[in-house]
Amino acid sequence: MGLEEVLVDTVFGTTVDKAVNWARKNSLWPMPFGTACCAIEMMAAFCSRYDLARFGAERMSFSPRQADLMLVAGTITHKMVPVLMRIYRQMTEPKWVLAMGACASSGGLFNTYSVLQGIDRVLPVDVYVPGCPPRPEGLIYGIMQVQQKIEQDKIAHHVTP
Amino acid sequence: MEDNLTLKKLKEKFPDYVLDAGEFRDQVYVYVDKRGVLEVLNFLRDDAQLNYDFLTDLTAVDNLGKEPRFEMVYNLYSIKYRHRFRVKVSLAEDESIPSSVEVWKTADWHEREVFDMFGINFEGHPDLRRIMMPDDYPGHPLRKDFPLQGPEDVDYEEMMKKHLKSD
Repeated sequence: MGLEEVLVDTVFGTTVDKAVNWARKNSLWPMPFGTACCAIEMMAAFCSRYDLARFGAERMSFSPRQADLMLVAGTITHKMVPVLMRIYRQMTEPKWVLAMGACASSGGLFNTYSVLQGIDRVLPVDVYVPGCPPRPEGLIYGIMQVQQKIEQDKIAHHVTP
Repeated sequence: MEDNLTLKKLKEKFPDYVLDAGEFRDQVYVYVDKRGVLEVLNFLRDDAQLNYDFLTDLTAVDNLGKEPRFEMVYNLYSIKYRHRFRVKVSLAEDESIPSSVEVWKTADWHEREVFDMFGINFEGHPDLRRIMMPDDYPGHPLRKDFPLQGPEDVDYEEMMKKHLKSD
C-alpha cells in the first residue's frame, strides 16, 4: 500500500477483529466467585508474588456488570445455583467462564446430594483448571488459555441477526 | 448409672414418662415418652439441683427397618454444675413431636435442621422452614432411604428455565 510508504512508522494496518481481541484479552476483568479453598489460591494468584495484573487482569471486579471473566473457584451447591446464574447473567457480553478446581469442574470429591456436579451443567464453561486446589500457576495458565481463546474470536460471531 | 442424680430425680418425678435408661461410656441417657417430653425438659432446666440451662445439641437418628423408625436426641449441659445428660424420644414415621423452642431458644434452628434433614414435624415451632437445602428440594437427605447422590432425575434444563424466570 502506498499510504504506508508515505506514513512509514506512524501508523500500521490491522483488522478490527485483531485489534479488538488484542484489547479484550489484555484487559480481562475477572469476577471472582470464590466459595471454597480454591478462592484462597485465586487470591494468592492476584497477590504480589504471582501478580495476575501482569496478564491484564488488573483488578478483581466485585461488580459483575464491570466484569468479563467469571472465575468460579470452589464447590457449588444446588442452593448456590440461582446466585451463580444471576451473577453470570448480570455480566455484560462478551463474557467467559473459567471453572477453577475439581469441584467447579465436576463436583470433585463431593459426589453428594447437595453439590452441583460441575458448573457446566448450568453455565457455558470455556476453560477448566484441574487441581484440588490448583496452584496459582495453574490458574494463570488457565487464564492464558482464555486469552488464547479470545485471540481466535470473531466479532461476527457475537452479532445477533 | 444408679447413683446418677438426674436419673433418680426423673424416675421419682415422672414414673410414667421414663420408659428406659442406659449408660454408654459413663454417659447416662433416658428414653422418655413423647407425651411428657416438654414436661421432662422443663423440669430438667428448672430444677435447682439439675439446672440444665444449655441445650448443647438436638438431633435425630434414622433407624430404618426398626420400629419406631426415628429417635430424637437432646444433649443437655448444665453450665453451673458442669454435668451432662441425654434425653431420647422414639418416634414413628409421620409422627410429630412438640417443639422445645419454648424451653431453649437454641432449639429453633436445630429443629429446623432436623425438619430439613429428616422430615420430622415439630408442633408449635414458630418458623418451621428448611434451613440448609433449597426450599424446593425433593425429600429429606439424612433419611437412610434417601440416595446419597441425590435424586437421579434432576433436570438441569428445567432448573435453568426456572431460575431464568424468577429474575
